[in-house]
Amino acid sequence: MSATPFIILSTLLFSIGAVGVLVRRNAIVVFMCVELMLNASNLALITFARVNGNLDGQIAAFFVMVVAAAEVVVGLAIIMTIFRTRRSASVDDASLLKY
Amino acid sequence: MTPLLSAPLVRLAEEAVPVVHPTNAGGVFDLLWVVIALPALGAVVLLLGGRRTDRWGHLLGCATVGVSFLLSMVLFFSLVLRDEADRSIGQHLWTWFTAGNYTVQLDLLLDPLSALFLLLITGVGGLIHVYSVGYMAHDDRRRRFFGYLNLFVAAMLTLVLASDYVGVFLGWEGVGLASYLLIGFWQQKTSAAVAAKKAFVVNRVGDIGMALGVGLMFATFGTTSFAGISAVSGEASEAAVTGIGFLLLLAACGKSAQFPLQSWLLDAMEGPTPVSALIHAATMVTAGVYLITRSNFLFDYAPNAQTGVVVVGVITLLMGAVIGCAKDDIKKALAGSTMSQIGYMILAAGLGPAGYAFAILHLLAHGAFKANLFLGAGSVMHGMDDDVNMRHYGALQKAMPVTFLTFAMGYLAIIGFPGFSGFWSKDKIIEAAFAQNGLAGTCALVGAAITGFYMTRLMLLTFFTDKRWEKDVHPHESPKVMTVPLIVLAALSVLGGLLLLDDWIVDWLAPVVGEPGPENLPVPAIFVSLLVVVVVAIGVAAAWFLVGKREVPREAPTTVSVFTRAARADLYGDAFNEEFLMRPGDRFVNGLVGFDEYGVDGAAEGTAAGFAGIAGSLRRLQNGYVRSYALSLLGGAALVVLALLVVNI
Repeated sequence: MSATPFIILSTLLFSIGAVGVLVRRNAIVVFMCVELMLNASNLALITFARVNGNLDGQIAAFFVMVVAAAEVVVGLAIIMTIFRTRRSASVDDASLLKY
Repeated sequence: MTPLLSAPLVRLAEEAVPVVHPTNAGGVFDLLWVVIALPALGAVVLLLGGRRTDRWGHLLGCATVGVSFLLSMVLFFSLVLRDEADRSIGQHLWTWFTAGNYTVQLDLLLDPLSALFLLLITGVGGLIHVYSVGYMAHDDRRRRFFGYLNLFVAAMLTLVLASDYVGVFLGWEGVGLASYLLIGFWQQKTSAAVAAKKAFVVNRVGDIGMALGVGLMFATFGTTSFAGISAVSGEASEAAVTGIGFLLLLAACGKSAQFPLQSWLLDAMEGPTPVSALIHAATMVTAGVYLITRSNFLFDYAPNAQTGVVVVGVITLLMGAVIGCAKDDIKKALAGSTMSQIGYMILAAGLGPAGYAFAILHLLAHGAFKANLFLGAGSVMHGMDDDVNMRHYGALQKAMPVTFLTFAMGYLAIIGFPGFSGFWSKDKIIEAAFAQNGLAGTCALVGAAITGFYMTRLMLLTFFTDKRWEKDVHPHESPKVMTVPLIVLAALSVLGGLLLLDDWIVDWLAPVVGEPGPENLPVPAIFVSLLVVVVVAIGVAAAWFLVGKREVPREAPTTVSVFTRAARADLYGDAFNEEFLMRPGDRFVNGLVGFDEYGVDGAAEGTAAGFAGIAGSLRRLQNGYVRSYALSLLGGAALVVLALLVVNI
């Protein structure tokens, strides 16, 4: 089984996620796109683990999942707080921390 | 250098130049240090004691110098009783400092030269102290004044008793400090404060010469003691000795107010009159003459430096005399005369062994008659409500008979009236000058005529002619405490010539300064003396016809000749200093400040401003939008990947 389709799929998913982070304003959507990028990289890691026939990539994927879960907890909490104070979930509105 | 000046001055060094070899004598000579210690102690007590010494401060000040004088007399006569070859007494106090092979001992040296100075400084200085008791009676800070006077005397005694040039330098600086404090004694007057500062700064220029001279001595001889240098001074290269000679001449010019460092002396008249007397008669300005005479073992091997000394002396004696002619301020006229008389001494000191003794003779005579004249002027000012303008005096001989008579003695002495002290000393200097160099002798002769003119003018304006007093001035004779010192000084002015009896002073100083060679005057000495008397008489007569026979205006006439104007402006000495020294210095400093401001600071601040500008534009990247951060993150990651690919391929 060739690894190429999986890598192409992973690349596609990652690109969709990256573009989403860059162009979307809604914080939830941006957040989902980040998740998409993480999962794209997970797919690539697992594919390489299969190709190489060892568990290194799978272990790394586990780490990514754990970190992603933690990140979701913190990230959603921040988004909630911002929404409560500013009545908006747009990432462009939360631009006070600048020069 | 013209051959006219240099040729006759070259003196062959094979004539014996005396070597200083002090011996320890014991007995009364062990008390030598006390002569300095007493005034120094007086200064410490009076300056640190504060107000509680106010009541008896002036008495202590007089007592310390008085006891020093008595001790000096004892030392002097003990020295006279000793064998001629044995009159150089050293006293070791302690080792001042040691650095490698170089050791400076704090030793004192009493020899015929310093013994005479001891008498002059403590004697005339003591009389000035006594006089000051009366003169400063109404000054709140009289005690402090006496503290400074004592400091002055102590410093001057250190200067003449030290047996090492570093020790001389100590006294030299002490004299500079004390003169600064005293000239600026009335510090509430801006003019006095400025004059004090000027004296200090001009003296600094001379002190640089002294410091460099001592340094050059160390580099040349490896020692700075008189004994060490005089033993080997003949073996050093002439260039080195000449260099030392010129540096010492610069030092002497500063302290003795000789051209080109003369400008401080006239301004120094801002101090109280006893200070002027002390500076001009007993201390300070005599230091330069002392330095050159003491350094005879160097100058005798440096004929070029001696020529320099003669030139400086001649220029100054003429300058001072000319300035003295045009001044209406009685003290400034006297200050001009001091410049001129010190010029005579410097001239004599530059003539080598033929002149040293007469330089010292004139110094002693001048010490007496100039102190007399200054204190007399102070007495006149005292009676005239501190007015110094001679155009407001006139006909004071009735109102102040004692001052008048004593002043007249000083006057006759300074113009060189036959029989008075100044006659003998000045006549000898002019003779010695003629014997070595016709030009110098002629200038000295002209100076004598001008001296006769300006002193007669001063005398006429003050004591004769019509009354030109201010309205509510009532001249009166000064108290006894002021007139008695005047009488003593007047007696000294008359009798000073006795020192020359049987060439006593020449023989007395011979062990220190060397035997004068045979005098080779082209004409008999009596002829020169007659000539001097005649030219002085011409000067006096000129003053009589120009001043005494005419109505004296109360205001100085403004339509005067260019020469009078130049003399009134101190021959443009200050203008010269300002134009050629101060202004360029100012410009130079301003240039440096500008370079610092725009060059150094500009570079530093420009760099900082540049970075701040760059940071300001880079700061704009922090725009607060998450997506732009994300984009740069992505771009960065892409760059890293690309870089990895490039490296791996």
